[in-house]
Amino acid sequence: MEKFTVLTGLVVPLDRANVDTDAIIPKQFLKSIKRSGFGPNLFDAWRYHDVGQPGTDHAKRPVNRDFVLNHPQYKGAEILLARANFGCGSSREHAPWALLDHGFRVVIAPSFGEIFQSNSLKNGLLPVVLTEREVDALFYDVASFPGFRLVIDLERQTVATTDGAKVMSFEIDPFRKYCLLNGLDDIGLTLRHADKIREFEEKRRAQHPWLFG
Amino acid sequence: MTPKTLYDKLWDSHVVHVEDDGTALLYIDRHLVHEVTSPQAYEGLRLAGRKVWRTDSIVATADHNTPTTDWHRGVEGIEDATSRLQVTTLDDNIRAHGAKAYFPFLHERQGIVHVIGPESGATLPGMTVVCGDSHTSTHGAFACMAFGIGTSEVEHVLATQCLLARKSRNMLVQVDGKLRRGVTAKDVALALIGKIGTAGGTGYAIEYAGSTIRALSMEGRMTICNMTIEAGARCGMVAVDDVTINYLKGRPFAPQGESWDRAVAHWRTLVSDPQAKFDRVVTLDAQEITPQVTWGTSPEMVVSVDGRVPDPDREKDAIRREGIARALHYMGLEPNAAITGIHLDKVFIGSCTNSRIEDLRAAAAIVKGRHVARTLKVAMVVPGSGLVKRQAEREGLDRIFTDAGFEWREPGCSMCLAMNADRLEPGERCAATSNRNFEGRQGAGGRTHLVSPEMAAAAAIAGHFVDVREWR
Repeated sequence: MEKFTVLTGLVVPLDRANVDTDAIIPKQFLKSIKRSGFGPNLFDAWRYHDVGQPGTDHAKRPVNRDFVLNHPQYKGAEILLARANFGCGSSREHAPWALLDHGFRVVIAPSFGEIFQSNSLKNGLLPVVLTEREVDALFYDVASFPGFRLVIDLERQTVATTDGAKVMSFEIDPFRKYCLLNGLDDIGLTLRHADKIREFEEKRRAQHPWLFG
Repeated sequence: MTPKTLYDKLWDSHVVHVEDDGTALLYIDRHLVHEVTSPQAYEGLRLAGRKVWRTDSIVATADHNTPTTDWHRGVEGIEDATSRLQVTTLDDNIRAHGAKAYFPFLHERQGIVHVIGPESGATLPGMTVVCGDSHTSTHGAFACMAFGIGTSEVEHVLATQCLLARKSRNMLVQVDGKLRRGVTAKDVALALIGKIGTAGGTGYAIEYAGSTIRALSMEGRMTICNMTIEAGARCGMVAVDDVTINYLKGRPFAPQGESWDRAVAHWRTLVSDPQAKFDRVVTLDAQEITPQVTWGTSPEMVVSVDGRVPDPDREKDAIRREGIARALHYMGLEPNAAITGIHLDKVFIGSCTNSRIEDLRAAAAIVKGRHVARTLKVAMVVPGSGLVKRQAEREGLDRIFTDAGFEWREPGCSMCLAMNADRLEPGERCAATSNRNFEGRQGAGGRTHLVSPEMAAAAAIAGHFVDVREWR
């Protein structure tokens, strides 16, 4: 996993609530057995006018110019600003993979679907929860100031405007923060406790033998 | 001792280790594996040179991509090469790494992962059950802590038999009273989501309790627990009672003899203590619940069958107003339209929510001796598993459906998420017994209305929604 420390990035506003993982990456693209290459199909049904299929040449597809990700001023954005319950629905990890593959490192929203949030943290995509009021103000800022950028500082747990005039703080599990700051893989960390797992397992096997075998 | 909720008990009995910040390492008893969310996990394992920690925890099947027709063609019947590769990759991975049981494509016991787990007795009370699928919450019906995980977590469980997790808060959903005729577990689930919203359960583990839940069969309880994720909670559960134990007795992977008696004695303790404290309590009166129909693109966009599509102009909140308007545009519906006036193109009876034998019996009872409306393009029944299919055929349900003009398919996830060939075309409108009505869920541009099996069956006969309470 790539480390996350401080990011200064362009913000793109996706002004709708309950954006589900079917919208983030439609099912026809879940057939890959790889972790990469999902970026061109991020928000596929909204980004293009046709129905996308795996292997289609994206350069030849009719682009929906009205969809915010296609607006030229947001090209290269690394921060997605969204509304409540972003990432609700299915457990597909392809959703954070697609967002990362497209170039996003941060999603800011008032709340997230739980599985999406967990999947994101395991892949170096930072879900930042701000209050409804703060998110509302950011939507206003993005609309008002072309090229609006934010500074996300994970160590300090802050979201700030580049001039430092506005600083908001966010919460994150200390363990998740530690993993993200250091780019650490969960499995390696868990296997430090291998003896404890084995001990637990043996006790469980003795008490509830029907769960084994 | 402090009284504990069922969730507290399940949590406490699986904690291996707690980090300083409260992140717990939880032991996983049952790992269900399917072809879509596992290939990258096995690949990761291989690249890191790691082995599967405990193969006898794994039960696997191919369900998401598998076709529901032409099984005689074998794997070649999977027309889409990328789908076929996922199915054969699972074969390869299970062969290489092992499993307690594998029900591959074409196997007589293949089926939807959340149907085959319980029916084979692979889901037992007190277990932690995980799967790379959000509808893993289904297994909570057996007093399990069961929840969906992402692919990184699938790899984590494969490698360590554990998951890192933070404890959720406790929510009690108390449903009391007798359900009215024509009102089902599905309607209870949709009514709850309509009440608390699709984010209402976020951060909570839900326990379903009350006389209505107690009166439900295991199938009905599974339907409710299945829809828990649509209410935002990762896991939902029901305490053990005689219904649970009677269901499990004699299942292939359930304990037997002396081991059964020991297990039952333990399972009886899997109930919330009388004074246990819940962080939030939601109550529903069963008598007030009516057959539900979703009108929009989120399961919370739901209304009674005798109701009307909402009018965005009457919504005060700007974001909600915009959401309603966008959903109505996508769904091709006018504000204030009567639900019973909505005409359908397709009907889908199936999915991990409603494809069990009891669901098929209920739907068959509605259609018996009648015929699907001529205006319908397709009405299909997709049994949840090979066992469900054969049981239904023994009871003659397949004939009732086919005589009525339904297609009788092979088991799988099918048109719930349209990864195989079963899907809606743009603009087509479907009554579905599945769990999600998101934009494009059943096919790009497709329009989904979520309902119970009875409501779907009646809609197939009439060609539009009808109030199944008045069905004679």
